[in-house]
Amino acid sequence: MTEGRFEPKIVGFLCRWCSYTGADLAGTSRTHYPPNLAPIRVMCSGRVDPTFVVKAFADGADGVLIAGCHPGDCHYGEGNYKAMRRYRMLLRLLQQFGIGPDRIRLEWISASEGARFAEVVSDMTEKVRALGPLHWNHRDADPARTSREALHG
Amino acid sequence: MAKPKVAFYWCASCGGCEEAVVDLHEKILEVVEAVDIVLWPVALDFKKSHIEAMKPGEIAVAFINGAVRLSENEEWVKLLREKSGLVVAFGSCAHMGGIPGLANYTTREAILANKYFNAPTVDNKENVLPQPETKINGHALELPRFWEDVKPLDEVIEVDCYLPGCPPPPDLIGSAVGAILKGELPPRGSVLAPAKSQCESCPLNESKPEKIAITEFKRLATSSADPKTCFLAQGFVCLGPATRSGCGERCIRGNMPCRGCFGPPPQALDQGTKFLSSLAAMLQANTDEEARAVADTIVDPLGTFYRFSLPKSLLRRRCEHKRT
Repeated sequence: MTEGRFEPKIVGFLCRWCSYTGADLAGTSRTHYPPNLAPIRVMCSGRVDPTFVVKAFADGADGVLIAGCHPGDCHYGEGNYKAMRRYRMLLRLLQQFGIGPDRIRLEWISASEGARFAEVVSDMTEKVRALGPLHWNHRDADPARTSREALHG
Repeated sequence: MAKPKVAFYWCASCGGCEEAVVDLHEKILEVVEAVDIVLWPVALDFKKSHIEAMKPGEIAVAFINGAVRLSENEEWVKLLREKSGLVVAFGSCAHMGGIPGLANYTTREAILANKYFNAPTVDNKENVLPQPETKINGHALELPRFWEDVKPLDEVIEVDCYLPGCPPPPDLIGSAVGAILKGELPPRGSVLAPAKSQCESCPLNESKPEKIAITEFKRLATSSADPKTCFLAQGFVCLGPATRSGCGERCIRGNMPCRGCFGPPPQALDQGTKFLSSLAAMLQANTDEEARAVADTIVDPLGTFYRFSLPKSLLRRRCEHKRT
């Protein structure tokens, strides 16, 4: 890692059957990819409540990756379709909050696609790095409250 | 025995919560009989110094409506907290930020610019903005400060319980007042309404089909709704699935989909994303393009899903452009 360079924090919700296994394959194949993704194993991409994504951002994540089985391959039939339906609406909602599509990605990564997993994580890390930190720490950052001198406008 | 002292106060609100108190009709006479109202700016004349002169805890209960938007709101609620045994956040704005909380979608700067410079009816050539302090003829005039964020009451002071709704319905107010007078309040932090979702008590619940398949969202402005069929089944956005019950379904009975003023049921951390989750399950879409096409027919997801709860949501406000 280069000193002083911004290292984005990315939370990855990986489906237990495909994408997490794909991440494992990337590891056992010793594929190099950036260490910026914190993987969270979930049973299915369909289990990823949009609340998880928003909570990750609110708690300081700079990006969130949801990864699941390719359409048609879901262990539970159609969990990944549920993820897909939520994703489009979530993108629109987050855009209104000021969080753009490069920070929230949905990818299909199968158990045999270790190289693809590494590619997705590398690409996302660089894109989020270029965007810079999200710093969702407005809670006590009201300038008018911290400085009595700051007036209107 | 002296009657318990009660205060009503308003912050950033519309006055509808005050109406709700008056809507108790004859019952309000029983309330007045039982308590001594020491503060109610909308109806009676009292001075801040009267409250300041009171002992801590002297007021039995303060009902505070409205969100906290100005330094004045903050001063008053802190004063009332000190002087009151119980503080009830009254109505959606005190509970979650409410409609004024939608201002968290923009910034103080943009709001003031719009109001004082850009509105077509404004003539302000010298670009004058209201200032917290102005000196005129040697006198200093003060105005409250306008904060960047709108906050729900419990982010500024400790709140004992919440009466949800825009405004809270008379029966919930009545039973809350009764419980307070008898000293039978539920634990601190309770929302004084049922814990289930509104769909469970909705009169249209029977008409909800097993599976809903929405291909396009409708709006009441451009489509008419059948008053006997579940709004979601008709393709109207209805926040019932992610909203607490207890309102008596006043909107539904008036052929208006639920807008979420009671806030989320206790299990839901964030009303907007919980609603999004349930709504997305109803989309008729099997490809990304189809999902996108349906999702694009909702005009304003943020304003619709968080109509009353933005300042209380996980993200609380829109972030600045530079952070996208």
